[in-house]
Amino acid sequence: MIKITDITKTYGSGDTAFQALKGVSFTIEDGEFIAIMGPSGSGKSTLMHMLGCLDTPTTGTYFLDDKDVSTLTDEELADIRRLHIGFVFQSFNLLPRTTVMRNVMLPLVYAGVAEAEREKRSKDALFSAGMTESHFSHMSNQLSGGQIQRVAIARALVNNPTLILADEPTGNLDTKTGEIVLGTFQKLNKEHGRTIILITHEHDVAEYAERIITLRDGVIVSDSKSHAQRYAKHYEI
Amino acid sequence: MKFNDITHETYTALMANKVRSGLTILGIVIGISSVIAMVSIGTGASNSISSSIESLGSNLIQISPGAEQMRGFGATSGRGNAKTLTNDDAKAIALEVPNVKAVDSQVSSRYQITAKGTNTNTSVTGVTANYPQIRNIEVAEGSFISDTQNNSALRVAVLGPTTRDDLFGENAYVIGKSIRINKLEFKVVGVTVAKGGTGFQNQDDIIYIPVRSAQQYLSGDQYLTTIAVQASTSEMMTEVQADITALLLDRHKIKDPTQADFSVLNQNDILSTASSVTSTLTYLLAAIGGISLLVGGIGIMNMMLTTVTERTREIGLRKAIGARKSDISTQFLIEAVALTLIGGVIGIALGWLISYIVNLTGLLTTSVSLSSVLLAFGVSAVTGIVFGYYPARRAASLSPIDALRYE
Repeated sequence: MIKITDITKTYGSGDTAFQALKGVSFTIEDGEFIAIMGPSGSGKSTLMHMLGCLDTPTTGTYFLDDKDVSTLTDEELADIRRLHIGFVFQSFNLLPRTTVMRNVMLPLVYAGVAEAEREKRSKDALFSAGMTESHFSHMSNQLSGGQIQRVAIARALVNNPTLILADEPTGNLDTKTGEIVLGTFQKLNKEHGRTIILITHEHDVAEYAERIITLRDGVIVSDSKSHAQRYAKHYEI
Repeated sequence: MKFNDITHETYTALMANKVRSGLTILGIVIGISSVIAMVSIGTGASNSISSSIESLGSNLIQISPGAEQMRGFGATSGRGNAKTLTNDDAKAIALEVPNVKAVDSQVSSRYQITAKGTNTNTSVTGVTANYPQIRNIEVAEGSFISDTQNNSALRVAVLGPTTRDDLFGENAYVIGKSIRINKLEFKVVGVTVAKGGTGFQNQDDIIYIPVRSAQQYLSGDQYLTTIAVQASTSEMMTEVQADITALLLDRHKIKDPTQADFSVLNQNDILSTASSVTSTLTYLLAAIGGISLLVGGIGIMNMMLTTVTERTREIGLRKAIGARKSDISTQFLIEAVALTLIGGVIGIALGWLISYIVNLTGLLTTSVSLSSVLLAFGVSAVTGIVFGYYPARRAASLSPIDALRYE
């Protein structure tokens, strides 16, 4: 469960200070599929960094699984990211010149998981993300855009995180491929009960989620259910 | 991160840019191999100088006529011409100075030598029967000059092997044959064992005759050109040297030691002077190698800084998925150390090869010591750590957000 209370983030100080988040609060239950929307400059990237434990808030609290992570040091944040959070980025998700398998394994490598266990878990994750075994030994630069994103999803899954955080995961994809990737997220949410937070500025993409939080100028302007059922027919991949 | 994973990451990273990694390694190879080769050449030179000084004899003290103008090596013009040492001086040293094992009186000069149809110009040295013991000379054929031959001033000669070859042809049997020194006939009674041509004088191109014969037939006076004294032990040399100086000053009635009309040279002095010269030479050579190693190290740092910049987004990604600072810094540090160690191993092999080739040319007997190999290896590892540390720290301290956004 994620619970953030009155989060603010101020960059700089004095006259040049800029407040990117001006008091944001919400709770996300396990198994929810949430989209965070907003135009650029709305503070959604800053919020994503907070949720992803890449940064700490200036004020406010952030509880991830009942643990207060808003006051942790850089090294402690790295531990949280390694064990509790999976990331999917818009671009540069995979290490170049590295096999699909190795890329997916990487979080387990940093977690010090034994080699046999790594392989098994990585395969499971890759299957869950809809990849086929023939691609496992491919180099990351031999993959298509959609495949790259699905490998990134597999990597985000592999350490069995509390939260999967996707930052504009379809931003670089064409509509059809984007639908396949978003379908993968939906499937993981529905069938495996994963908590997923999708950051996007596109309405169509946000509609894949069950709940949409909209930010503008550092504050939440709406927090409502989406019409996800309308897109149920796109689930199949 | 486990050892296997670090090795895997390092291999992938270095193979990603083979040419750049190769050139960086080349810098270290040149540095390490020049240190190894230079030190081995320096050591070889030092050894060959020491051994040629030692081959002159053991525990040797040489007294020469004329004032000592410079200690050790240096201009000694005119010293050989002074006539101040006599047979009686030599006799007095043998009788009065304690801890003396043997004394040899010598008269040395160059003459034209002729044998049947051939001739050569070489050094003719009048010596006593003590000479072989003092100067580590061995006789290959026949016998050396005896006391009896010396006391009777017989016209006999012992040839060095080079002189024998020059006069009679290679490895000819010459015992009993005649040669003419300064037109006087001498009978060959022996040939010495070859000692090799290295050193300050060629001990193979020489003719030995009894010292009394040399004085009587060749120089025509009672003076000596050298008195060679062998001390009983190495530790006694300084004391024996002082005693000889005191005795000769007294015999020559000289009050002021700076006005001495002779000079006493201790073999240990020559050795230490020579070894200080050669070790300076070795340091100089090692310093040249060290400079190339430093340049190689800067090459490593340059490459690592470029790599860190190029891979900023990769570092950001790694951090986002949970890499600790220490994981990142270890990864980059090991990359730098791997470059230097690979360079170090190749460099040691190359340095060894250079040293071996110098050996084959016969100019020097070089030796690669284990300590110089260990030193080079240690230095290469330290170079990697020192020059890899800054880039690695820079990589580790990147903020994941900034790193991910880096374009």
